[in-house]
Amino acid sequence: MPSLGADMEAGKLVEWLVKPGDQVKKGDVVAVVETQKGAIEIEIFQPGRIEELIAEVGQTLPVGAPLARLASEGEMAPSPSAPQPPVAPQSAAPSPPPAPAPIAPAAPSAPPPASSPPTAAAGMGPVLASPAARARAVELGVDLGAIPGSGPGGAVLLADVEQAATHLPAEPPAPTGKPGLDMAEMRRAIATAMSRSKREIPHYYLTHEIDLQAAQERLTAVNADRTPDRRLLLGALLVRATVGALAKVPELNGRFEADPFTPAAAVHCGLAIAMRGGGLIAPAILDAQAMDVDAIMDAMRDLVARTRTGRLRNSEITQGTITVSSLGETGVDALTGVIYPPQVALVGFGTPRLKPVVLDGAIVARLSVTATLAADHRISDGRRGAQFLGEIARLLQEPDIP
Amino acid sequence: MTDLRAAFLEELTSVAPDLDAASIGDDDHLQDDLGLDSMDFLNLVSALHKRFGLPIPEPDYPRLATPAKAAAYLAEKLGARR
Repeated sequence: MPSLGADMEAGKLVEWLVKPGDQVKKGDVVAVVETQKGAIEIEIFQPGRIEELIAEVGQTLPVGAPLARLASEGEMAPSPSAPQPPVAPQSAAPSPPPAPAPIAPAAPSAPPPASSPPTAAAGMGPVLASPAARARAVELGVDLGAIPGSGPGGAVLLADVEQAATHLPAEPPAPTGKPGLDMAEMRRAIATAMSRSKREIPHYYLTHEIDLQAAQERLTAVNADRTPDRRLLLGALLVRATVGALAKVPELNGRFEADPFTPAAAVHCGLAIAMRGGGLIAPAILDAQAMDVDAIMDAMRDLVARTRTGRLRNSEITQGTITVSSLGETGVDALTGVIYPPQVALVGFGTPRLKPVVLDGAIVARLSVTATLAADHRISDGRRGAQFLGEIARLLQEPDIP
Repeated sequence: MTDLRAAFLEELTSVAPDLDAASIGDDDHLQDDLGLDSMDFLNLVSALHKRFGLPIPEPDYPRLATPAKAAAYLAEKLGARR
């Protein structure tokens, strides 16, 4: 069960999209898991062949629990009578008598666990591990505490994590919960992430008013010649400019998971999407740095549509390197955001409005938007943040629309 | 007219599946009352364009602000075409 955010403790398997014997490649969607963020498509992290489906549809499993056994290339044909030894110590017996699985501490809709074997809820204490191993374990959704370490003092090394990820041990079935998006759970997930952000990240904030009149006029002209399915929204221009400005101030883009911070090469731009029932999801447009404004618009449409009606993928909700939060047309003047950890910056846009501005010595009405940068002071300083907002403003004066 | 209203609500609830067609009032404002954002609204316009073959230019957007207005707008544009 991969971790789909630092706030996730357990997930429920709702669908298998592969069966034993299937060949898979990195990035294939193999299963659907229901989480605090709704149903998420799970992509596999390495190629190989599905040996065995361990988790059953309907099971709720703690993060780190095995879903399936994957044979990686080079170990393709283990005999079924000689299974590879499970790695996690807590599930050493491959076929324990069925017992209700212990639930992650706060899973709400589950009855209290009956008599149960020790489980993946163990291993929460500090674990000796190399930074690379930690980062990889988070990426793979593997519980570090469940991996025997081969390093000094039993420290878990990168190779141990890679190894463990290829043999995933069994977990007994769990009682099923209620399907569908649970708003109370989503609220709790937001609370966890935002509390962590405010506790750990020394935020600083910069605000800049940006003239959008030229951008809006260009947009109106372009959209007049387009059918609705190809029209652009101002929001796509804001995202394009934010992504473009990161080329000038790359240290605002990345995930602060290991010290020292290394900026990410790719821009996976998260979009804060508000749910009408309350709550918020911030899935990312992957590799946005390579996209023109039309491609960004298509990606935004797709993300919003799948957030509302379909499914997001685990890469989209776990890989974001920066977030844009935009109030849209019916909001208020400005949005001062909370960074989504472990990212290091968030750009908030208020609602664009006609405002009096001084242009060539005269006061005129221009469409303007207030952009607010929230950034991590451990990583960047106000001067660089100001250059970033300045670059966003500059890019919006000459929007690059094909 | 009732058919157009039903068709409009069908596309609306397809774009915003969390809305319940039965509880949507004729004069509910899509953005202010029903909470559609600009992307939802554009997806709705795209769906109506696809269904009815109408161009629905941006200056006409305010005429789709509520189910009642939208049904009247669609009736007018479709009638004019016949």
